[in-house]
Amino acid sequence: MLQVITQNLKEYKKDALITPIFMILEVIVDIVIPLMMASIVDHGVEDGNLTHIYVMGGCMIGTAILGLFFGMAGGHFAARGSAGLAKNIRARMYGNIQTFSFANIDKFSTAGLVTRLTTDITNIQNAFQMAIRMGFRAPFSMLFAMIMAFLINARLASIYLVAVAFLAGFIVLLMGSATKYFKATFEKYDELNSSVQENVSSIRVVKAFVREEYEKDKFHRAVSNLYQMFVGAEKKVVLAMPVMMTTVYACILMLSWLGAKMIVTSGQTELTTGQLMNLMTYCMNILMNLMMLSMMFVMLTMSSASLNRVKEVLEEKPDIVNPEDPVMDVKDGSIEFSHVNFSYQAGSEKNVLSDINFTIQPGETIGIMGGTGSSKTSLVNLISRLYDVTDGCVKVGGVDVRKYDLTVLRDEVSVVLQKNVLFSGTILDNLRWGNPDATEEECMRACQLACADEFIEKMPKKYETYIEQGGNNVSGGQKQRLCIARALLKQPKILILDDSTSAVDTATDQKIRKAFATEIPNTTKIIISQRISSLQDADRILVLDDGEVKGFDTHEHLLAGNDIYRDVYEAQTQGSGDFDEKGGEA
Amino acid sequence: MAGEPKVVKGPGNRGPRGPVKKIDNAKEVMLRLWKYVFIGYPVHLILVVLCIFASVLCNVQGTMFTKSLIDDYITPMLTSPQPDFSPLSQAIGRVAIFYLMGALCGYIYNRLMIYVSQGTLKKLRVELFDHMESLPIQYFDTHAHGDIMSIYTNDIDTLRQMISQSMPQLVNSAVTIVSVLVSMVILNIPLTILTLFMVFVMLKATGWAAGHSGKYFMKQQKAIGALNGYIEEMMEGQKVVKVFNHEDASMEQFLTLNEDLFDAAYNANQFTNILGPINAQLGNLSYVLCAMVGGILALGGVGGFTVGGLASFLTFNKSFNMPINQVSQQFNSIVMALAGADRVFRLLDEAPETDEGKVTLVNVKEEHGTLVETTEQTNLWAWKQPHGDGSEVTYTRLEGGVLFDDVDFGYTPEKMVLHHIEMYATPGQKIAFVGSTGAGKTTITNLINRFYDISDGKIRYDGINVNKIKKADLRRSLGIVLQDTHLFTMSVKDNIRYGRLDATDEEIVEAAKLANADSFIRKLPQGYDTILHNDGANLSQGQRQLLAIARAAVANPPALILDEATSSIDTRTEKIVQTGMDQLMKGRTTFVIAHRLSTVKNSDCIMVLENGSIIERGPHEELLAKKGRYYQLYTGNNIAG
Repeated sequence: MLQVITQNLKEYKKDALITPIFMILEVIVDIVIPLMMASIVDHGVEDGNLTHIYVMGGCMIGTAILGLFFGMAGGHFAARGSAGLAKNIRARMYGNIQTFSFANIDKFSTAGLVTRLTTDITNIQNAFQMAIRMGFRAPFSMLFAMIMAFLINARLASIYLVAVAFLAGFIVLLMGSATKYFKATFEKYDELNSSVQENVSSIRVVKAFVREEYEKDKFHRAVSNLYQMFVGAEKKVVLAMPVMMTTVYACILMLSWLGAKMIVTSGQTELTTGQLMNLMTYCMNILMNLMMLSMMFVMLTMSSASLNRVKEVLEEKPDIVNPEDPVMDVKDGSIEFSHVNFSYQAGSEKNVLSDINFTIQPGETIGIMGGTGSSKTSLVNLISRLYDVTDGCVKVGGVDVRKYDLTVLRDEVSVVLQKNVLFSGTILDNLRWGNPDATEEECMRACQLACADEFIEKMPKKYETYIEQGGNNVSGGQKQRLCIARALLKQPKILILDDSTSAVDTATDQKIRKAFATEIPNTTKIIISQRISSLQDADRILVLDDGEVKGFDTHEHLLAGNDIYRDVYEAQTQGSGDFDEKGGEA
Repeated sequence: MAGEPKVVKGPGNRGPRGPVKKIDNAKEVMLRLWKYVFIGYPVHLILVVLCIFASVLCNVQGTMFTKSLIDDYITPMLTSPQPDFSPLSQAIGRVAIFYLMGALCGYIYNRLMIYVSQGTLKKLRVELFDHMESLPIQYFDTHAHGDIMSIYTNDIDTLRQMISQSMPQLVNSAVTIVSVLVSMVILNIPLTILTLFMVFVMLKATGWAAGHSGKYFMKQQKAIGALNGYIEEMMEGQKVVKVFNHEDASMEQFLTLNEDLFDAAYNANQFTNILGPINAQLGNLSYVLCAMVGGILALGGVGGFTVGGLASFLTFNKSFNMPINQVSQQFNSIVMALAGADRVFRLLDEAPETDEGKVTLVNVKEEHGTLVETTEQTNLWAWKQPHGDGSEVTYTRLEGGVLFDDVDFGYTPEKMVLHHIEMYATPGQKIAFVGSTGAGKTTITNLINRFYDISDGKIRYDGINVNKIKKADLRRSLGIVLQDTHLFTMSVKDNIRYGRLDATDEEIVEAAKLANADSFIRKLPQGYDTILHNDGANLSQGQRQLLAIARAAVANPPALILDEATSSIDTRTEKIVQTGMDQLMKGRTTFVIAHRLSTVKNSDCIMVLENGSIIERGPHEELLAKKGRYYQLYTGNNIAG
């Protein structure tokens, strides 16, 4: 687990290594200063020796300034080392996510990835900073104090060993059970928060069904439950303080008694009063640091959960990688599926696609039709190798897609995804995702093809219009047309539209298809749609049902010979048409 | 975009959003927070303060003992030929009692504080949630959901720290500071002034470091916000990134943002880290200065200051600096907690949804042609309408007739989004709304159930002004299936039962069958008892919509609003659902928003909306014959614009 840290420190390794040194130096200062203080009191103040006060005072000022320097340096390097570690882990993680295939992405939810990249890494950063500061400060402080105590008087100092052993045992037991408690409690806490989240996003449902009281009841019960658990957990934690204080006090009193006896009976030879005072100071120091150390362990165990979650992403291996010696050229836009089986999870009983066989010629326009869950999207995702087939093979331009360089393949096979996204930035920025070097003219031409120019021209800033995150300031139909234009800019050999005009009105849809036919005749076009009208002029239409091909022919032939197709056709034409959004022109 | 408010959804549970703003009313917030805590637990808190006093005093006794151990016991015994240890053993016994009492008091107040802090948090959570449930829809439409969530998570968490740690610490420190200060003044005034001066320097230094760390802290929050936003956007679009081979470009921008965050985080932490050493060493300096000046004073015998006095003073100097150091360490968390408290209080201060409605919905039975109120389940409902002083009551049968009389509406007074809406749906009629996005279709349905209140005109429900009907009863009489389906984390059965809590299992299955959801539910691992998670993430969008339809069906309301209820169901499945829907709509007043003609065509009346006005209305054939906007939409032959 520590590998995650050692591997990612990189250029901040020296910060992480220097910090403990400064912390230890600061500890030494902390140990020396009380000695000087004692000396000022014993030999200066008590003896009325002003020069001693000045000399010692001067030394102490010097030491304090040194201490200040060590402390500041430690703080500085600790901050840089831990923030640097966080930076490196974050970059590694993000870099790894970029290599993920669709299957890898499906495994982690978006929200999950965001939390791992932010909150979890921040936890690690804080824990690491604490580990390199307190993790050295506390034990060394304890160690030095212990050494000093033994140097002064080994017999009395052995009291500390007993006390430390007792307290350490107690704390381990206490924290062990408290951590368990807290873990359970925090799980409940997360549940509570997700139920709040649910209420916030579903508030319309809650209000529409007048379930405010019902939700309140549910919430009150959960809160009371959480309260009980938190109180239970904290009750354990507060036990630590009195036990620890009592131990410290017991030590001090024992020291007082035994020390006084030793001083008096030996006549200050075995132990002096000043030494006794020092022993008492160290007592506090040792036990306080022990407490600190135990707190640190609790925090470290808590952050280990974060570390594990981060590790999961770091160690996730992309399941689609470039082949060795890849093919760098896609010959043409032909597609061939032979005996393709596909399922999202290896070994699941039912395939999402079973025994798919067909061939598509370059430049053909193919429609794909089928109900929800008939695996239309799964089928086209195999073409640009967004997923790998389970059995059989998919060929593009006569070559198995698994032999291509991924970038080359995906540049030539352009997919307009069903769940599509625009990014914050101007329209031009977004379009240039398709081709970073595209001129403004080329962008405008792609928009004309996708019928996006008509609404862009009406916007005040035209192609410089800023698209907000998630494309929230354009309508669904506009978004889809921009996504098509973006895909066109790649000038691919194969263009796949996965239900990409569902929010575009029928007339515009038709216009886009017409433009495709005349302007990019050599590109193979695959169009998935619910709307028969979007498909009926395609060269051939593939009818999918439940992961199987139930027909692959022209509109006329399917209408004559395919029941599924005819059913849908009739449902849509009799009282057909669609009041889809008008793309916002209105 | 037309005037519909944009709903920004955030996945919540993320770090604090936006920069931590310095709040101007810190004092008020602090006072209110103290008051809030105190009112909940006055007895606890008084005991806590007493215990803190006691434990501080006990500890002071302990400190004094170490001094007197040497001066009063060891030194005299050293000089006496026959040292007698019994006074010492008695003294140790006495001090042991003090120590035990101190530890006990410490334990008691810490333990009491658990109840105070957890209890207060519980009360806050409950109040927050209850209040939130009472807020109008507008609040949720105008506030980012992530921001609302962060009040429950981040803000409450900082408050926990504040109440359970900072507050007792402040009291403890204040008690210690005052008691030590008094002792110091008694001992020597010039040295006290010197100590206070050094405290002043410490505070200045704290202010300096805290100011810097605060500045970078804000930068850090901003950088986290920027990085969060970027990550969220890119993760959301990760599949698009893959499709466009955009990985490197995405990485490049990420690295810049990552570097910004590193810079801010490093600086913020650095200044926080050095605060401790600065104060500790300034404390040491203060000690040395006092020793030097005090040495001169004592040796010169100025003002009768003795050497013993100086020794004690130096001890006090040390115990004076400690609490100041502790308080300054808490500085950042107090500022953050106050900002959190401010947001919590602001949510609590939001005005709740108002409801002046007096008309209620009651079960009735028909006796000799008149309606009589009953407590039985009669399936016959009526509006109970009190008149004048309330002595006279009339009952109007619930039928589901809805009338819009010249209704205007705007989300803000400056911008009207609906103009002069006139419409009458007689009980049992099916009314459809068609038109482009932003034409105001959903807005109209939001007005019927009073998610929003109209600006002008009147809406009557069964002839009663909806403003006079109690909101809860009005909404209970309206079933609703929304465009975005939301399901809850509980079993499928309970999700359907959400429509009517006293529905039997049979009724639930009945409703599921009606919505054609029964067959897929039975295929789920535990059938109707399958627990849904994450808004039903394991179901397809279509299946979720079927559940929402079943939920509305089980409520059995006289009127229905279907807002794009079948938009995510494919044509074939829709055909199957349609039969269920038709059955659901039978005999009910139904408002349908849809873009599929099959859903709209057989409506009694179709309203074509554009820019907030009804521009055409009538049944399907009539509108087609008109060859207007509806005809254009229908045939798809419209000329854009």
